[in-house]
Amino acid sequence: MRHVEARAGAYADSVTLMQVSAQAQAVPGVQAALVAMATELNLGLLADLGFTAPDGSTQNHLLVAVEAADGDALAAARAVVDSALTARPAEQSGGPASQPPRTTLSAARRAGTGLALISVPGQYAFAEAVDALDSGCDVMIFSDNVPVEQEVWLKDRAAERGLLVMGPDCGTAIVSGVGLGFSHAVPSGPIGVVAASGTGAQQMVCLLDAAGAGVSAVLGVGGRDLSAAVGGRSARAALAALDEDPSTELIVLLSKPAAPAVADSLRAYAESLTTPVQFALIGPGQPDLTAAAEAALRATGREVPQWPSWAAAGQPGDPGAPAAAVPRTETGAPAEARALRGLFAGGTLCDEAMVIVSGRLGPVYSNIPLRPDWRVSPHPPAGQRTPAGPGFPAVPDAAAVPDAARHVMIDFGDDELTAGRPHPMIDQRLRVDRLAAEAADPATAVIMLDVVLGHGAHPDPAAELAPAIAAAIVGRGDRELAVVVSLIGARSDPQGLTAQATALAAAGASVFASNAQAARFACDLLARTGTGQAGPGRPGQAGAGQAGGGR
Amino acid sequence: MTGLLRREPHVIAAGIGLLADSAAGQAAKVTRVDWAPPMPGTDADLATVLADSRRAGANALAVQRMLAARALLVDVVQAGPALGLAAGEFLHAGPPISWERASGPMRGALMGAAVFEGLADHPDAAAGESALGIVSLEPCHHRGAVGPMAGVVSPSMWAFVLEDPADGRRAFCSLNEGLGKVLRYGAYSAEVIDRLRWMSAVLGPLLQAAVRRHGPVDVTAILTQMVQMGDEAHNRNRAGTLMLLRDLLPDMVESGFPAADIADAARFVAGNDHFFLNLAMPACKLALDAARDIPGSTMVVAMARNGTDFGIQVSGTGNPWFTAPALVPQGLFLAGYGPADANPDIGDSAITETAGLGGFAMAAAPAIVRLVGGTVATALAATRRMYEITLAEHPLFGVPALEFRGTPAGIDVTLVARTQILPQINTGMAGKVAGTGQVGAGLVTPPAEVFPLALRELAGRVPASPPG
Repeated sequence: MRHVEARAGAYADSVTLMQVSAQAQAVPGVQAALVAMATELNLGLLADLGFTAPDGSTQNHLLVAVEAADGDALAAARAVVDSALTARPAEQSGGPASQPPRTTLSAARRAGTGLALISVPGQYAFAEAVDALDSGCDVMIFSDNVPVEQEVWLKDRAAERGLLVMGPDCGTAIVSGVGLGFSHAVPSGPIGVVAASGTGAQQMVCLLDAAGAGVSAVLGVGGRDLSAAVGGRSARAALAALDEDPSTELIVLLSKPAAPAVADSLRAYAESLTTPVQFALIGPGQPDLTAAAEAALRATGREVPQWPSWAAAGQPGDPGAPAAAVPRTETGAPAEARALRGLFAGGTLCDEAMVIVSGRLGPVYSNIPLRPDWRVSPHPPAGQRTPAGPGFPAVPDAAAVPDAARHVMIDFGDDELTAGRPHPMIDQRLRVDRLAAEAADPATAVIMLDVVLGHGAHPDPAAELAPAIAAAIVGRGDRELAVVVSLIGARSDPQGLTAQATALAAAGASVFASNAQAARFACDLLARTGTGQAGPGRPGQAGAGQAGGGR
Repeated sequence: MTGLLRREPHVIAAGIGLLADSAAGQAAKVTRVDWAPPMPGTDADLATVLADSRRAGANALAVQRMLAARALLVDVVQAGPALGLAAGEFLHAGPPISWERASGPMRGALMGAAVFEGLADHPDAAAGESALGIVSLEPCHHRGAVGPMAGVVSPSMWAFVLEDPADGRRAFCSLNEGLGKVLRYGAYSAEVIDRLRWMSAVLGPLLQAAVRRHGPVDVTAILTQMVQMGDEAHNRNRAGTLMLLRDLLPDMVESGFPAADIADAARFVAGNDHFFLNLAMPACKLALDAARDIPGSTMVVAMARNGTDFGIQVSGTGNPWFTAPALVPQGLFLAGYGPADANPDIGDSAITETAGLGGFAMAAAPAIVRLVGGTVATALAATRRMYEITLAEHPLFGVPALEFRGTPAGIDVTLVARTQILPQINTGMAGKVAGTGQVGAGLVTPPAEVFPLALRELAGRVPASPPG
């Protein structure tokens, strides 16, 4: 059985063609194969093999001639020829003339599909994300400030192509054991997390880690995914992916308050899955993150431990404590020192703390307020840097609390404060400055901070924060100041959970692994300023907690 | 459903280096994008154009048509009847230009052509276009033609006729005059006019007879081979020229023309390393014309310069030119000339780069980079850089030094705007004073501004229906 053709417009050098001929010749059942330019020499060879050259063959034509025992062998040989002629070399890397990929499209062309991790400034993220989807890649958009129409468009394209868009403003993910963005070194385990809240997911994962439970994956979907505008598009895709994942026994869906219709639709969708889905929608009247983690542990048959905490140096619970150092009116602190100031890097942690504190102490003013009339500017008020400076600016509808005495919590990770600068988990300067300013405000009695460890975060946050905390406390003199820290870290995080906790506690901070417990402790401290009585939940009292932070 | 959880982790990271480092530190495979912001003011138009649901399909079609095109030299004819040019009607290179705005070499070429056509006795710029007998000026591109440098085509000149056998479409280009004092570089001395007369009287008819005897010459096949022989088909056409001569010489000999004419013609072609340029250009034109007028396509289908303006045309926007002042090439100068003598970029020959040859195939012709004192690595880097702004790799133009990888082909306006990488063009340099001729050769890029202009128009043409 024979095949011969002369291809116009195809050219390869004779060495290449001899290699192609040899490959075709090697196919079982092939008796003869000639792949060559139709020069006179090669036309002669072709005739010697018993083929007749196609009419009009010139030296600019590529001859493909195969003789085989049967049709299958012939087809196989022709396929070998075609693939050898069209084989494209891979991009060589290295060397003086190498060219790094300049777009996600170029990177995917060279290296194949994967998960595109996009952290370019928000107005440029769309182009890279489109590249990723066009190339068959899933996408994690770490960037914020991406318009919601672009988010919806990307998520619709992803759905058409069977891909997942995590984000925009997706700060955390764990996929195949690799932590992306702000993430933690945790073992693999049975719980899969779908999160519309980055720091919420980080708190959840770190608490599960403290309890010895790992995660199968953490799929962030972006803070707006469960809004009415986005409609839970990625949450649905992420639920489906985890439902199909054999190592996931329980899915936790974590979000700030969702649009009711979106939540209902996701609940209905979750009903259709074989893997149970636990909803953890953080907000007033809802269980906090710690409670959600405890529920997930119980649902997978695990014990709920005492959550780790570390007592402040010089505080009850610290073995070497010389004296109590909580704000107390009877020790001479001015009566106005009763305000709580929270300086958060994590939006959901800030939210959670505000829910707890406002439930106990009344309005908490914020740049991400629980109620519109509790809004304040995230920027420090003019003059606050001086100890005698005024408090926060007046808000038209403000409650009848003197400005200076208000409880205020600022989310330093909010778009307005991150435009043009690194996230506060990476660059702590804004918070360190603000810590000093708040400490200098005589109204401030307690300062809450979150410190987030893990991949992507500052390599040693305590190295900057601990001296700032110590200076803040010392700078207060007898007008005492308490600092309460939520330390979000896993046991294997690169910064060293215990080392960070110890350094912060040594500087005078009360340190908690549970943000909810930290917030309650702060409330207790403030409640005590009036009563002079110690509240419950003192850090460091739980032995199991200390062990939880050990390495 | 996504296969995200079933795959080995491979992270493609664009943006914050720390995040890529972190993933790499966890033993994930990481491919880093060397990202930089796009051209200023383009982000909104980029978002609009990238969200155009027609874009991917339109560009795939444009690429497929460009790559599928083939070019045969089917005839050599007089330009007037073939291109519909009456007396006094002239074609020129680049986007439209008036006599008033024309540069020195463009005016020089038009004056020389007027004398050649017998419309004027003497080249005299001061006389103005009407005294020179110029009735109309029109871009070559508007008549299915391309012209190197000034690209002036007048009715009495002869032209190559190239045809795509698949659909019979044709493209035209004048015959190449050689280097130095030549009309296309704006020279118009007696030797220039005499050469043009010989080309019309002897060379054109002889080549016509030879081509007609020989039958169609496969120009695409020669292009394919010359790229593997050190030519990039714009500034270096040595192998291509000799292959053409190899194909046609027997038929020239048997044409019945006087032996002396045949010998003159053979010496002229063999002595002009750029003779094949005027076949490479219309071959590229045929390929790119096949990709025109596809709604939603962001592929560039022409880059051309008239010595004053640089213009591009884009598949998805049809005929409008997006223009900005042409840049002055950087390179080497002929003895006696220097940078101050060079005119801004001129000629339709950037059609070769538009099709994946010329500067885009520099890795195949490393000798070219010596024009700017570059190294072989510079040549490889130039071609590799162009892959960042192109939609495809040309399967016919394999570059030996890149393991026969196809040249980068099909410039995407969005990729140029995003990466700020400008197309690399290899070019000759004309003297800026009319009558000078060639002063050197070198490298140039389009002015960056033309790409945001094209992008704006593409964005304006995206259907109003909301995305999704």
